[in-house]
Amino acid sequence: MYLQWRFPAVPPVLQGENIVRMAWAFSIALAGLPVALAQAADIGQVKVAKGTVTIERSGQSLAAPPGTRLQTSDVVRTGSDGSVGITMTDNSLLSAGPNSVLALDRYEFDSTTNAGHFDASLHRGTLAVVSGRLAKQSPDAMAVHTPLAVLGVRGTEFVVSAR
Amino acid sequence: MIAAVRAFVRGAVLMLAAALCGCAFHSERIVLLPSQDGHPAAVAVKQGDRQVVLDKPYAATQLTFADPWPYRASDAEISAGFGDALAAQPSRSASFTLYFVEGSDELTEDAKRTLESVFADLRQRAVPDVVVVGHTDAVGSSTFNDELARKRADAVKAMLIGRGVRADDIVAIGRGKRELLVPTADGIAEPRNRRVEIIVR
Repeated sequence: MYLQWRFPAVPPVLQGENIVRMAWAFSIALAGLPVALAQAADIGQVKVAKGTVTIERSGQSLAAPPGTRLQTSDVVRTGSDGSVGITMTDNSLLSAGPNSVLALDRYEFDSTTNAGHFDASLHRGTLAVVSGRLAKQSPDAMAVHTPLAVLGVRGTEFVVSAR
Repeated sequence: MIAAVRAFVRGAVLMLAAALCGCAFHSERIVLLPSQDGHPAAVAVKQGDRQVVLDKPYAATQLTFADPWPYRASDAEISAGFGDALAAQPSRSASFTLYFVEGSDELTEDAKRTLESVFADLRQRAVPDVVVVGHTDAVGSSTFNDELARKRADAVKAMLIGRGVRADDIVAIGRGKRELLVPTADGIAEPRNRRVEIIVR
């Protein structure tokens, strides 16, 4: 929002006081950016978390209690005592058992048309999937990647393990 | 014959490679489960240039360095191997439709009762989030109906907030007359199109 509001106010030529004005506008835009991104990027939510569950996001490891909002590129990890259940905005459900590493690599979902793409990777562990509106709309929209294979999700429910 | 020799050599090379890198123990399993909603289900498992399609409940495949090995999984195997993952599965989303009095953001009497089922469902969920989608019938301009749909969605959002749902957990959108539940010509009054869908998950 800030970007859209502020940039038209910035003069196209970098001269004198315009530089100051531009710097001001830019800092305002930057300050607004994290908020805008956080809002735009919610792709799902942790609904169930037992034992140790963490999310790796931009190099940081965060605790992921129930209610945690998820973003594209998040990597969800469970400890040896952990399990996690996630609901995505297209209503698909992903749940992982202990010692699992699940990456939400790509997620685009248009809630009006149900079009988009969802790529997740199970690097290790166990995963149960119930597909949602994306897979219903198009058989090519959703894929789960494992170290050995690509699972094209044509619909509804399955489990996968990688050890 | 040549193909068989090639397959044997490829198998031997893969096995040797697997033994050398210690990845002979890496194995994967995929099992298609019966679908609760009764829709046909399938998973296409693609390993390199080979593909196996699992399209019957309990159809399963094991993947290693060698070719996929298809089999039929048992309930015992599924609960032993995937019990924790399945136990952590979130509740499925539930969908409710509330109908409105013509031209207004006031619920019909039936809808007030449906709203109670929404609250009952919400209480079952530890961390619910809700999508509220407002719709109108085809009477009036698009601008008018966009505004009315939005008003209906906002009215329902306010009711949810009034009963303790956090505003942050509700997304309210208006779809105007774009998604008629009962298709009609423009300008036709149709009670079943004057509605708000509530998706609870």
